[in-house]
Amino acid sequence: MSAPPRAQELGMMSCHVCRLVTAYSEDPHAHCPRCHSALHVRKQGSIARSWALLLAAAMFYIPANVFPIMRTQSLSSKDDNTILSGIFELWRAGSPGLAVIVFTASIVVPMLKFIIMTVLLVSVQRSSGLVSKQRARLYRFVELIGYWSMLDVFVVAILSALVHFQILSRVEPLPGVVYFGVVVVLTMLSAMSFDPRLIWDNRKSQ
Amino acid sequence: MSDTNQGNTPVQDDDLPQPEVRKSKLGFSLIWLVPIIAALVGISLMVTHFTSAGPKITVTFLTAEGIEANKTQVKYKNVVIGKVTTMRLSKDRTHISVVIDLEKDAAAFATKGTRYWVVRPRIGASGVSGIDTLLSGAFIGADAGDSQDDQNDFTGLETPPAVTHGAPGRRFVLHASDLGSLDIGSPVYYRRIQVGRIVSYELDKDGKGVSLQLFVDGPNDRFVSKDARFWNASGVDVSLGADGLKLNTQSLATVIAGGVAFQDPPGPHEETAAPEMQEFTLFNDQGTAIAPPDGKPRYIRMRFEHSLRGLAVDAPVEFLGVKFGRVVSVNLDYDEKTQTFPVIVGAVVYPDRLGQAHDKLAKLSGGDGDSEMPKIMSGLVAHGLRAQARNGNLLTGQLYIALDFDPKAKKVEFNPNARPFEIPTTPGDFDHIQEQVASIVDKIEKIPFDSIGKNLDGSLHELNATLKQVNTELLPEAKRTLQGVNKTVGTANDALSEDSPLQQNIGNTLEELQRTIRSVRAFTDYLGRHPEALLRGRGADAAPPVSTPATPKQGKDVQP
Repeated sequence: MSAPPRAQELGMMSCHVCRLVTAYSEDPHAHCPRCHSALHVRKQGSIARSWALLLAAAMFYIPANVFPIMRTQSLSSKDDNTILSGIFELWRAGSPGLAVIVFTASIVVPMLKFIIMTVLLVSVQRSSGLVSKQRARLYRFVELIGYWSMLDVFVVAILSALVHFQILSRVEPLPGVVYFGVVVVLTMLSAMSFDPRLIWDNRKSQ
Repeated sequence: MSDTNQGNTPVQDDDLPQPEVRKSKLGFSLIWLVPIIAALVGISLMVTHFTSAGPKITVTFLTAEGIEANKTQVKYKNVVIGKVTTMRLSKDRTHISVVIDLEKDAAAFATKGTRYWVVRPRIGASGVSGIDTLLSGAFIGADAGDSQDDQNDFTGLETPPAVTHGAPGRRFVLHASDLGSLDIGSPVYYRRIQVGRIVSYELDKDGKGVSLQLFVDGPNDRFVSKDARFWNASGVDVSLGADGLKLNTQSLATVIAGGVAFQDPPGPHEETAAPEMQEFTLFNDQGTAIAPPDGKPRYIRMRFEHSLRGLAVDAPVEFLGVKFGRVVSVNLDYDEKTQTFPVIVGAVVYPDRLGQAHDKLAKLSGGDGDSEMPKIMSGLVAHGLRAQARNGNLLTGQLYIALDFDPKAKKVEFNPNARPFEIPTTPGDFDHIQEQVASIVDKIEKIPFDSIGKNLDGSLHELNATLKQVNTELLPEAKRTLQGVNKTVGTANDALSEDSPLQQNIGNTLEELQRTIRSVRAFTDYLGRHPEALLRGRGADAAPPVSTPATPKQGKDVQP
């Protein structure tokens, strides 16, 4: 295997912030001599951090779906909608396209993130060297789609701000949307804390 | 990780900057706090969800109108205490059952005696209610009971309860012959202020009347004394009786919605507040309600020998001017002996209305109960008490029965043991007028219209014959005479007309006469001048003077 040498092997490492190449140090408390940010070969506790944030996101995902996220109040009716019931409502009300978009953004994307992150973390931990390229692609995908699942939160926030006609009609955010926002933020953080270089590390170690 | 160990020995150590080394303060990763916090939040949510869950109850209604699962709320005093979660039709399809999740602190509403009803907009005669539900949708109203026993199945009310539980006030029961225009929620008035409402009504068990339950709000319930009188204040009470036209209403609202009013009777009465559920009689109008109690009614009968046109059922029976009872029946009878149709009038009288008089008379007669009234009456009849149908209202011709003393009345037998006993009658005032009219008619009848007519007829015949004679004989004669006269006048006219021969003859004659007279004058003139001519006759004519070539006529003119 004539894999290209890695910085580690050459006794070097670089600062994450200012990209200064320094001599290799195993000391976990090493700092960049130029910008004084922490220096490490790989992100510190990357796997643990990702796991922790992912688990927290998964936990918040339950109340995010159980609690209603939005209350639409009009003259004659008052509707509390959870994410799923909102999707059903949209579907029934004759906008299946919108329903699909919301379903994708609010259900599919978070679920995908959970699954992909779990797969990545497990595979890294098990030192599996299989399909590293695909896993790297998956990671990029997760990073890319991460913020799109904020769609629901945006909808609620915008509607609450726009539709405010006192008695006639009103849209109010309900606690569910907070949990949902927390889920999205946590999954994004989880993806950010994951160090994609770990995917290649394992291949090398084999 | 042998590779990394290998890398520990840097190749170009001095070329590369050495990293600084700082000691970290903490030895373990704080990141695990995040899932721990998440777990704590999740657990706390679960815990609050389970602890805040109240009892689940099922309420059945006849219709699900306005109720929606997951939307319809349950409210008590307009505070949300629960929510409808599911709704389904009963197996026999006669009603629907609604499952309600009550809130934790509303557990007291899952007890016996709690009532549930659907609040919808209702427009009744007594007003509009639940108008806010027009916009917000129907909700389920609740009213908790007293009981502590748990109950999870309820039957919902179809109409909102008139009285909420624990409201200050008291309930009373009214007995009436019919419901009239009253309804649940009809107002109860005291001095024209609404102080309560009808809560429920039901038929009496024997079906002969109606029992109404009414609720008088506190603190006004203290005005319902033990002696209070209730009357039906519904509608417009127009009565045209022997005493004239009467119009009575309580308020405009009651005209539409009906209502009940109460008041204490005038005069001495018991003023202590009536206890809960005391029973009262519902009178038809204020007059009868306020009147002193009637006591036991007695039935009397009267027999009139003349027509009683204008006597209606319910006409008053008065004793010396005191309203004493009322007529209940007017029937015809047939008397075989006299072959007439007497009128039998039945009346109900209330001796208690006579007040002290009745008490004293009762004491004197010494009777009791049923026998006392005939005894009193027999005494009174012996003193000349007679029933008489009098005209109460000349305009309408309404009659009433007056019991009055007639000192000139003939003695009649009175059987105090007859049931019902009969009070002797005397013809009324109106009958006197009738008698007088009858005598006038008699006198008129005595006038010999027949013979007058016959005589008049004969005279007219004769007149007729005379006139015929005049027509046939006298008139043609007269006609003829007139024609003669006409002719004569015509002849005379002809004779006298300007161009008639007579006229001309007369003219000629007159001319002749004139000439004659002239010649006579000439003659006399000649004689004057020549008187001898008488004797000698006329001489030869003298030669006519040359200078006077005039005619004799001219000569005459010149001469004088």
